[in-house]
Amino acid sequence: MTQTRPALLECNDLWKVYGHNPEGFVKAYAGSPSAEDLQAHHMVGAVRKANVKIYEGEIFVIMGLSGSGKSTLVRCLSRLIQPTAGELIFDGQDILSKSDKQLIEIRRKRMGMVFQHFALLPHLTVLQNAAFPLEVQGMPRAKREERAREVIELVGLKGRENYYPAQLSGGQQQRVGIARSLAVEPDLWFLDEPFSALDPLIRREMQDEFLRLQGMLKKTIVFITHDFDEAIRLADRIAVMRDGEIVQVARPEELVLNPADDYVSEFTRYIPRAKVLTLRSIMRPGAVDGTAAGTLSVTDRVESIADEVERSDTDFNIADEDGRTVGHIGRREIIDVLIGRGVNA
Amino acid sequence: MSVLDQDLKTPIRLRSLTWLRAPWLFWGGLLILTWAVSHYAFDIYRALDARWIIRFPATWQPDFESRITAFMDWLLHDAQLFGILFRDVTRAISAVIEAPYDLVVDVLVTGLQQGIGQQAVQILPPLSWVAVIFTVTAVGHYTKSWSMAVLMGLCFTYLAVFGQWESAMLTLASVLIAVPIAAGGGLLLGVLAFRVRWVDRAMRPILDLMQTVPVFAYLVPILFMFGFGPVSALVATIIYAMPPMIRVTIVALRGVPEELAELGRMVGCTRRQQMWKVLVPSAKPMLMVGVNQVIMLTLNMVIIASMIGAGGLGYDVLTALRRLDIGGGVEAGLAIVVLAIALDRLSQAYAGRTVTQKAAQSQGGFAMRHRWSLSIIAVILVTGLIGAAASWLQTYPDALVINTGQIWENAIGYINVNYFDTLDAAKTFLLTWFLLPVRQFFVGIPWPWGLMAMTLIGLRVGGWKLSLLVFVLTGLIVLSGLWDKAMMTVYLCGASVVIASAIGIPLGLLAASNPVSNRIVGAFIDTLQTLPSFVYLIPVVMLFRVGDFSAMIAIVAYALAPAVRYAAHGIRSIDPQIIEAGIVSGCTRGQLMRRIKLPMILPELLLGLNQTIMLALSMLVITALVGTRDLGQEVYIALTRANTGQGIVAGLSVAFIAIIADRLLEAAAKRMRKQMGMA
Ligand SMILES: Nc1ncnc2c1ncn2[C@@H]1O[C@H](COP(=O)(O)OP(=O)(O)OP(=O)(O)O)[C@@H](O)[C@H]1O
Ligand SMILES: [Mg+2]
Repeated sequence: MTQTRPALLECNDLWKVYGHNPEGFVKAYAGSPSAEDLQAHHMVGAVRKANVKIYEGEIFVIMGLSGSGKSTLVRCLSRLIQPTAGELIFDGQDILSKSDKQLIEIRRKRMGMVFQHFALLPHLTVLQNAAFPLEVQGMPRAKREERAREVIELVGLKGRENYYPAQLSGGQQQRVGIARSLAVEPDLWFLDEPFSALDPLIRREMQDEFLRLQGMLKKTIVFITHDFDEAIRLADRIAVMRDGEIVQVARPEELVLNPADDYVSEFTRYIPRAKVLTLRSIMRPGAVDGTAAGTLSVTDRVESIADEVERSDTDFNIADEDGRTVGHIGRREIIDVLIGRGVNA
Repeated sequence: MSVLDQDLKTPIRLRSLTWLRAPWLFWGGLLILTWAVSHYAFDIYRALDARWIIRFPATWQPDFESRITAFMDWLLHDAQLFGILFRDVTRAISAVIEAPYDLVVDVLVTGLQQGIGQQAVQILPPLSWVAVIFTVTAVGHYTKSWSMAVLMGLCFTYLAVFGQWESAMLTLASVLIAVPIAAGGGLLLGVLAFRVRWVDRAMRPILDLMQTVPVFAYLVPILFMFGFGPVSALVATIIYAMPPMIRVTIVALRGVPEELAELGRMVGCTRRQQMWKVLVPSAKPMLMVGVNQVIMLTLNMVIIASMIGAGGLGYDVLTALRRLDIGGGVEAGLAIVVLAIALDRLSQAYAGRTVTQKAAQSQGGFAMRHRWSLSIIAVILVTGLIGAAASWLQTYPDALVINTGQIWENAIGYINVNYFDTLDAAKTFLLTWFLLPVRQFFVGIPWPWGLMAMTLIGLRVGGWKLSLLVFVLTGLIVLSGLWDKAMMTVYLCGASVVIASAIGIPLGLLAASNPVSNRIVGAFIDTLQTLPSFVYLIPVVMLFRVGDFSAMIAIVAYALAPAVRYAAHGIRSIDPQIIEAGIVSGCTRGQLMRRIKLPMILPELLLGLNQTIMLALSMLVITALVGTRDLGQEVYIALTRANTGQGIVAGLSVAFIAIIADRLLEAAAKRMRKQMGMA
């Protein structure tokens, strides 16, 4: 279904190599040096031959261990850094060939970014921080502050407009960061580990907040995290990176059910299946014989309906997106998932 | 048999080699040889009948002095670039500096006048003393707190009550002009270096050089280009105070978190917005530290600047020193100290302003937010108006001035009468047993040997490149015929540095040993550093008369701080695990210090020594006032005679000594670090 929507951002064979004369190096190896080639020449392949399509309105999560190249990839996608080789297409236009001026224009109007360590300007108040992207564009003061107040209210910081960042808690600071990135109403929203610097309770709260905002705004989002829990909570699709390479791009469920290799399955090993699997992948075909206890959706996650199914003595029907009954499910299937029986991986 | 031979031979050969390379052999040998040569130089000359050995023949000298003088004359009168006379450039610079300076002097000291000289009519009075004190108090409260306000008020009231008002305001005026230009210029150059690669590369060696070149290397050329007067003084001050600001700016901009820079680009900042809206404001706390440094350096320069035409407190001290007027000197000196403390605390408080303060100050309506500026304007207007009638409000009444000059005079007189013998005995002891022998040693070294020894040291410490540099610089000093004076300089600084280290390093170790002593020593050192250099000279001269001994004490007092600081810092930065390892292996406290701590902080101590030497050298032109006979005196004479050639040559010679010392010590520290695996 997502595949039918147009891709907002697309990169093909994207490379980012650090070291001496990286362009020449990549060219010398016909555009795709191997890991051994890189190592032999003391080059760091921070992003290696990345191919990604990000569709309008989806939450695309990039995850991987520390140093796997997530930040570098995102910085290439937003062109904060210049890729060594490859193609980058934003909204149908080749963005690598844009001049600095055009790039500034694109960033001002169409992109927003939230940073891991908030990147708030210490000398500006909450209001001024949120209004900063608009100030840079030369919007008159009254107008930009009005807009800033809107986004501040949106992230739940009303009443703290005149605080300075140092007077806020980490969670509140990141709310300001989010408000600021929303002020320009970006089409494409980058978030680089936005919640990693927060402690677990606040992180969870911020994730809920984020989902609430996305429910309202429906942005196209590139979200980085190294936390798989976070990834499956938020993602429509996940890209797993290792040593600069994208190992697999898939929906969370597929990642668990069909990991591309050991690295990916290692990632997903300790994730409770119930959190990831939807009824689509565990239902038995056909409707219930006799009376069903109720109807569930194919997109429901096991975790969210486990209680209900377990309590009931009879099975449930399962309907697809169009409301047609496509299968059924009972206590046994749920228990299988919960104790990890019969599910591969 | 042969195998056994081999086994025996190798270690012996190795051992004999290391023995030859042993440091003590090189340094000890060099010292003994030098001593012998120095001692018997005269006899050698007699025996060989070669007078050139002890005195570099005048006929061999290329006469740098008159050539430089001629060049400077040409520069000032005929030189032009793109059709613009060099003279016009200096005039333009003068005008740019002079106009605001005159304005500030008008406001603070003379009042706005029409006409020139005798016929001048005052149109507007200067700010009254009450208004100035109120203003600084308000600023104190605005930047920090009521206690800051009280401190500021007290400091400035002191200036009025003790009769230093006018001079102090003159000095303040030059600070008010020099600091913004030096800080602003430093910021701009720093920004440029940060942004443009080649500017950075070109600037780095110049900054390094500026750090080692003592002020007076450029005093004379400035005097020559801008003439005697406040402009010259301001130019010298600005040149002196700007380099640290450039450095701080570059470091501060580099230190801005990468994320903030990315934020700027992500929201679509242009290059200019990126710099002035993101990077510079984010770096502001650190930049303010730089501004504080600029202020302190500016105050440090007041007396030296008064040698080329600055008025104010520095000039008062200078004339007092020249006349050996104890009371006047101490009074003006203390006033500088008071001013320095006030400005230092104020700028530090400003740098340390918290956001809570800022937030609190931006609350409320217009009158509330601007209550201080409004009240300042009100006070200025009121005192100005009433002051026209009541002169006590305009200028602090002379009748109420407390004169402390006599008290100081009496105090020094009392000490001199009652403790003369003790003081004199101490002085004589140090002179006969330390200063004179050291002086004989250095002054006796004939130039050929000196040149060779320095080159050898360079080779040993840093390899042939360094050795070449040392050879060339030393050679230039020899060629300019200033070898004897240079050796006097080395002796005076050397002796002072030895004593400063002997006092400073133990103090530093003490400071690092526990928090209480750290606080006490820290406060002591902070005060020493806040005081402008020459202040030390006044009491010393009063007690010990003019001469090398007084000069030495002043230099020691001034150059003490870095020795303490680096020693303390070195000890503190030792990995505690290493100390614990020492304790576990059963070291006594003494052993811990001698076997572990001292060797480990040796590189740090060398850097401290380096700084100490630089400060000592920068004191030279001031100690020239007490009748030394070194290169500082040479510069001082050149200043009074406005002899550019002589001034530049002598100034550069000091700079060369500084550079040689700096490079040698840096190389030595680097070597040691490497040996200890810390590089
Ligand atoms: N400027 C640079 N020069 C050289 N190597 C770099 C540079 N920036 C990143 N790298 C290397 O690229 C690799 C990927 O770094 P990156 O910051 O993208 O990782 P990451 O996945 O974001 O890690 P983290 O989770 O720690 O943020 C790392 O090996 C890093 O050392
Ligand atoms: Mg990262």
